[in-house]
Amino acid sequence: MTDENVPSYNQPLLDSYVELINTKISEKTIVESYINEDNFHLPTLIVDPKEWLALANLLRDDEEFAFNYLMNLSGVDYIEYMEVIYHLYSYKRNQYLAVKVKTERDGGSLPSVIDVWRAADWQEREAYDLLGINFTGREITRILMPDDWVGHPLRKDYVFPEEEV
Amino acid sequence: MPLRTEEMLLNIGPHHPSTHGVFRVVVKVDGERITGAKSVLGYLHRGTEKICEDLNYTQIIPYSDRLDYLAGMLNNYAVVHSVETLMGIEVPERAEYLRIISMEFSRICSHLVWWGTFVLDLGATTPFVWAFRDREIIMQLLNELSGARMTFNYMRVGGVKWDAPEGWLAKIAEFIPEMRKKLKDYHTLVTNNEIFVKRIEGIGVYDAEKAIDYGITGPNLRGCGMDADLRKLQSYSAYDRFDFEVAVGKDGTIKDRYNVRMKEIETSLNIIEQAVKNIPEGEIMCNVPKLIRPKEGEVYTRLESSKGELGVHLVSKGKDKPYRIHFRRPSFINLQILEELLIGKTVADIPPILGAIDIVVGEVDG
Repeated sequence: MTDENVPSYNQPLLDSYVELINTKISEKTIVESYINEDNFHLPTLIVDPKEWLALANLLRDDEEFAFNYLMNLSGVDYIEYMEVIYHLYSYKRNQYLAVKVKTERDGGSLPSVIDVWRAADWQEREAYDLLGINFTGREITRILMPDDWVGHPLRKDYVFPEEEV
Repeated sequence: MPLRTEEMLLNIGPHHPSTHGVFRVVVKVDGERITGAKSVLGYLHRGTEKICEDLNYTQIIPYSDRLDYLAGMLNNYAVVHSVETLMGIEVPERAEYLRIISMEFSRICSHLVWWGTFVLDLGATTPFVWAFRDREIIMQLLNELSGARMTFNYMRVGGVKWDAPEGWLAKIAEFIPEMRKKLKDYHTLVTNNEIFVKRIEGIGVYDAEKAIDYGITGPNLRGCGMDADLRKLQSYSAYDRFDFEVAVGKDGTIKDRYNVRMKEIETSLNIIEQAVKNIPEGEIMCNVPKLIRPKEGEVYTRLESSKGELGVHLVSKGKDKPYRIHFRRPSFINLQILEELLIGKTVADIPPILGAIDIVVGEVDG
């Protein structure tokens, strides 16, 4: 059980991240930052999609971040908006970071990060395929569902096609 | 006068499920040389994540067995681990030991199937029969524990479903030295066989930096010399109470990955041996409500499966069913590098390069 009033042991780390990003990119980059205490006190950032690509490059290249490994990319349909969460890990520093980027549910798009982490390639295609999240700056096609499939099954308003008998 | 050649498109697969699963790769060849490759997947996509949104947490566990169906116990743990993390549940010690025994057995099974089929792809039939013979003994043991050979549905949020049956741990203690002897036979039969060594030389090589960029994990990463095993790096369950070494390769060759996997079978046997010796008495389930409702929140948890990092991203809205559950499947991510590894190689090199990545299509396609 964690006490609400005691700051997490990762709070100073998160504060230093925020300060670095504010000075190296801009103060508009981070929309919100918090520690996800349920998840081993994971530092989490919510980021402006316009600044996301610049930040991704910084997170990988800057020695003070050195997040060279994209562990996981997954999209979630929150009905009012779509969100993609990137779980990052630094082998050099043995540190974790989660970055969340939001986009509009219909017609929205996010910059692709395949040039930052190759690992994103199929995972972005998966998010497009199953949730209909569009990624710009790359060619995006379905990966798991058939190419002529209609709709994106993991969207909350998805209607199952009627099966032919 | 030079011979005029032209490029040709060649479909490899899709093959029948009884092989490695249904997977297709379209290669562009100029004579025997591959000049381009494209993976086509999804033939085994069952929409596991979509199905799980309509199930409660206990009902999800059997579906996880069907992801990497060669190592079901590891998938079981992935699901319960994420829910337990979000709920902050302390699992009884005995349950954690039973989980570790079964997870390590699953890892051995998975590596045995890999070893057998990989060498089979190169034309050797005997190792395949040996591997399946010895795997059957392990599956019998797991059958006695869980009631199923492959689709275990053994773990529960808060513990495990059954305690070890009478005499089960003694049987394991007997089996371990036997398995070690068999491993020696494996090495005599294949490991330094000249035809085998020459056959896999100079193909499918990559370095650690590239592997990390591609998100590659597991033996495929450790083969490049990275000492990265989640059992140590982000220890879970009761692994911190065990004494074991992480098998690491050097040059990122197929032989390196082969050595890592063979060494991991030994490591797993060592871990199981310690677990059998030190398993405490006690409860196998802690007190959890019948209907599991994790609080609102989200977690990403990961574990070292036989293929690499098996992650679960779980979003809960406080209901008995997950709002969203995403499986970060190591086979899926590790397979991305295939297209690049094939370029410049010959058509005959496809089976060893693909085989050395060690995929299970149930996990690739989800």
